[in-house]
Amino acid sequence: MKWSKLWSWLWIVLGGLYFILPLVATFEFSLRAKKDQLSFLAYQRLFADPQFFQTFLFSVLMGLLTIVISILLIVPTAYWIRLKLPKVRVVVEFISMLPFVIPAIVLVFGMIRVFSGPPFYLTDTYTGNTVLLVGGYVVLALPYTYRAIDTGLSAIDVRSLTEAAQSLGAGWGTILFKIIFPNLRVAILSGSFLTFAIVMGEFTLASFLVGIKAFGPYMSLIGQNKTYESSSLAIISFALTWAAIWVMQLLNRGQSERQLTGGR
Amino acid sequence: MSNKPLPGLTPTENTKRDAPQARPAKSVVSKWLGVLPFFLFIFIFVVLPSISLFIGSFQDSKGNFTFKNLVDLVKPEYANAYWVTIRISLVTAVAGGILGFMMAYAVTLGGLPRWVRSILSTFSGVASNFAGVPLAFAFVATLGRTGMVTVILKALGVNLYDSGFSLYSFWGLSLTYMYFQFPLMVLIITPALDGLRKEWREAAENLGANSFQYWTKVALPILMPSILGCMVLLFGNSFGAYATALSLTGGFINLITVVIGSQIKGDVLHNVNLGYAMAFGMVLVMSLTMVIYYFLRRRSERWLRQ
Repeated sequence: MKWSKLWSWLWIVLGGLYFILPLVATFEFSLRAKKDQLSFLAYQRLFADPQFFQTFLFSVLMGLLTIVISILLIVPTAYWIRLKLPKVRVVVEFISMLPFVIPAIVLVFGMIRVFSGPPFYLTDTYTGNTVLLVGGYVVLALPYTYRAIDTGLSAIDVRSLTEAAQSLGAGWGTILFKIIFPNLRVAILSGSFLTFAIVMGEFTLASFLVGIKAFGPYMSLIGQNKTYESSSLAIISFALTWAAIWVMQLLNRGQSERQLTGGR
Repeated sequence: MSNKPLPGLTPTENTKRDAPQARPAKSVVSKWLGVLPFFLFIFIFVVLPSISLFIGSFQDSKGNFTFKNLVDLVKPEYANAYWVTIRISLVTAVAGGILGFMMAYAVTLGGLPRWVRSILSTFSGVASNFAGVPLAFAFVATLGRTGMVTVILKALGVNLYDSGFSLYSFWGLSLTYMYFQFPLMVLIITPALDGLRKEWREAAENLGANSFQYWTKVALPILMPSILGCMVLLFGNSFGAYATALSLTGGFINLITVVIGSQIKGDVLHNVNLGYAMAFGMVLVMSLTMVIYYFLRRRSERWLRQ
């Protein structure tokens, strides 16, 4: 018994070091902008950079748009399928896994090919590129948002709620927005935080569609010419991811721990 | 109750129920109208781009049908990009899989206190999502030429870079990928380990098996499809990675994603359609991994109800 415990601790310590060492090293590095003394100078410089806030806000906005569109698209669909088209569920489940088969770089490649020419010409305009970016993010987040919402729906009795609402005279809009959405708020929130974490650091789609406007490409640019600032960006980015995942796990507490990742 | 509970009621069962639906759907058309927006969205943002690449990979520069692009993929200079990507994905899937499995084992069956498990679960959730540009920065600060670990090891008399190591090489990139690979393994293998029943161990011990025999003859054979399935997912996870490799090595290592990236920026292959074929090849590899994953997952469900 004693041995097996020691063995367990050994692996935890090993993996724990792998987790923590890069964080410690990065944090320490980010404090070395001033010669011979530790300081938050790199952070101050970052926060003084207007581009930091512009790109950060842009990505926050993209994240929020992605979340809203994902919810508006997936909740009614998943609800409707449970109610009326149970056989289609397998198909939608399969579709929701497609981003695992089509990597982001391939997705953006195809998007550029389709939408840069007639009849769309979306890549010619700022709005067009933003539409493509958000559309792509909704796709990338699909496995997580769909899973979260579908799990949430399985916990409520969709049919009874619908029939009760209908017998009281509610229309589809009322049922969706006053009954289904409120009942799914935990599932929706937990999916949203993961989506947000994915969008904030996303680089592949952003760099080809909107370039330096988004936070991911901005981080990359800083990395090319500012050593200490790039470390502080890594710390900020890690803190953001941490906060998002932590809130998500708080919301999911008591439910299964199964989740996957995205946004390589 | 002899009937197994079904996921979602089928329409025929529903009509058999006592109360009729309050408002039955007027027609088949209105039934499908409800899912139209979703399928339309998927068609525009997933199907169209995929089909476009697919068709493009079978065309020459004038738009005529050809197999030449796909045949060209076998040429060493292009096949090599796949090969490097496959190798790095294999290495990090196996190594990350083993480390992740051992950690998951430690917190599920290893008798460690409960708080270790909850910390590990949060850490894994965060680290498996911490990838791309900031991850590359973190590893430069750790194992780069002036990185903390490099400097500490130097002070201890071990000079990493003199002994041939470089963060900007195959192995350096593998170490970096490991940061999101093994936490993902922890997350996806933990339910399988939770599914191992105590009774099996007790039964084995009652029959006189020691711990080693239990693991090699009972637990590992049961877990093997899950472990392999999770490793296949890890493989796919690093196969499609782009941002991490690009920002760490600046495209120095010719991963397939990096090649496609440069192709999008400026036709480095001097053949647009060859680029589409390379992307199509990626989708093929990924599809294959998913097929293997589903096969293994069905095998694993024979014993483990997750």
